[in-house]
Amino acid sequence: MVIERKWKKWVYFYIPLTMFIVFTLFPFYWMTVTAIRPDAELYRSWRAPNATPFWTLEPTLEHFQGLLATTAFPQWLWNTMLIAIVSTIISLICGMFAGYALARLKFRGSEFLGTAIFVTYLVPQTLLFIPLADIIRGMQLGNTPWALMLTYPTILIPFCTWLLMGYFKTIPKELEECARIDGATRFGAMVRIIFPVAVPGILSAGIFAFTLSWNEFIYALVFLSSVEQKTVPVGVVSELIRGDIFFWGQLMAGALLGSVPVALVYSFFVEYYVAGLTGSVKG
Amino acid sequence: MAAGAGSAAAALPGERIVVSRWTRLLENQRVLATALLAPGVAILAAFIAYPFVMAIWFSLTDISVGTRGTFVGIANFRKAWNDTIFQTAFWNTCFYTFWATVFKLTLGMWLALLLNRHFRFKRMIRAWMLLPFIIPTVLSTFAWRWMFDPTFSVINWTLYHLGWISDRLPFLSDGDWAMWCAIAVNTWRGTPFFAITLLAGLQTINPDLHEAAALDGANAWHRFWHVTWPLLLPVTLVVVVFSVIQTFSDFQLIYVLTGGGPANQTHLVATYAYQIGIHSGLLGEGAAISLFMFPVLFLVVLFQLRYLKRMEGA
Repeated sequence: MVIERKWKKWVYFYIPLTMFIVFTLFPFYWMTVTAIRPDAELYRSWRAPNATPFWTLEPTLEHFQGLLATTAFPQWLWNTMLIAIVSTIISLICGMFAGYALARLKFRGSEFLGTAIFVTYLVPQTLLFIPLADIIRGMQLGNTPWALMLTYPTILIPFCTWLLMGYFKTIPKELEECARIDGATRFGAMVRIIFPVAVPGILSAGIFAFTLSWNEFIYALVFLSSVEQKTVPVGVVSELIRGDIFFWGQLMAGALLGSVPVALVYSFFVEYYVAGLTGSVKG
Repeated sequence: MAAGAGSAAAALPGERIVVSRWTRLLENQRVLATALLAPGVAILAAFIAYPFVMAIWFSLTDISVGTRGTFVGIANFRKAWNDTIFQTAFWNTCFYTFWATVFKLTLGMWLALLLNRHFRFKRMIRAWMLLPFIIPTVLSTFAWRWMFDPTFSVINWTLYHLGWISDRLPFLSDGDWAMWCAIAVNTWRGTPFFAITLLAGLQTINPDLHEAAALDGANAWHRFWHVTWPLLLPVTLVVVVFSVIQTFSDFQLIYVLTGGGPANQTHLVATYAYQIGIHSGLLGEGAAISLFMFPVLFLVVLFQLRYLKRMEGA
């Protein structure tokens, strides 16, 4: 009886879970192995008898050194970081204000505005990038970080607003009313009472916004043209492939290094990220 | 804490008028709401609403890089409609969206059910499982492309040494294979999102319901089908709608994995619009192609809005 139970747990739980873990994490393992593998081993045919694809006997850092020394990768990292931080801050401020207005204030058209903001959340970048490129060029913002700092918030503000609106609604009204009886203005109560209480929600929205801006690709691809302005995803795609030749060692080293900042932010705030993820879907 | 305005104004009568005029204005809910909403709405209007209108205008003209276009009516749409590459791209987009969503939902549900159980290192494993969703898609897709490489594929190596294949599989060099590879990578990336949101839904289900069903003799499958699934349906629908929009408008995965090739067989609407609109500089035609996504997305959004309304009403 006990043995049968154990057997069942293996079949229905441990084996599927292990398969999920392998499927999920193998590409990252593969990225790492490729990044530390010397070129001679990297381009050995798959039928070569001495091929050891799953590990390497002579790990090397040459790809990382090459990446940092011969390409603009450090600059791309810095650009991506700056753009992600600025657009996250812009989106958080807009989202906090708009979320508060929609959650707490009574005014005509509030329901319509809430819906309109939600709908913009569902307009994909791929529908807009062609005219936007023209508009950005017209505003003299082409090939500057501002092109992305101003357009990324369009992706981020809608869900920041919705997430925070939901969060503000859960804060008891009495808290604010007490402050108002003590003579605080509406604005003052919002900034000094509501926002501090909502810090977990704001953090969730912020982490989520940061990872999304780090991930964005098509706007960066279309709006930026010179090597030193690029973000990590665009730089890796356009500069590490020369002609038809893929420098796989450097590509994987770049993929790994480019993932580290988001992975770090994520690992410190996993719980907030998950809260943001599930909160943004529940609306 | 909040005594500022009132007591300061009482102490300094001269300043009082200035302070209270501002304060009084911002005490008006309409004024305050307008002020608070202005920055966000301005950005959304300038970089979503305005470009959307421009996209429609572009699509009706023959504008290209460097020239101001003239009005050509629906010629761009007609041209795209009769273009065999566009037809393939549109079909691919539907195919890709359908199968990727089916796989993401099935695997995501399965993973959510597994993660809902108690086991050691649960928090750690749950955090690891979200990684594909966090890491920039472009970067992880490169890892996949390398795994599908025609000469150095590790998958081919493994299958060959297991004795399952005698020659390598044409992962990205055959149109059909490449499409399924793209679906696999999209599934890999999107499953965690489904799993974690469904897991959040699962945790709100009262375990007493399962116990009651088990006492009534329901087996695991029946408990899932008659208890879990109906209760999870609202969350599931929201996740599916969200994912359909993301997948239908996908660009970066195909751009990196196949670039639309081989021989334009794996283009999606978005990648083809990029090729025509940005690469060839035909802004009008490109805008028209990407607008073909709009009716589908519009229907999905409409469904979402009506559904949300009904949920709020209930």
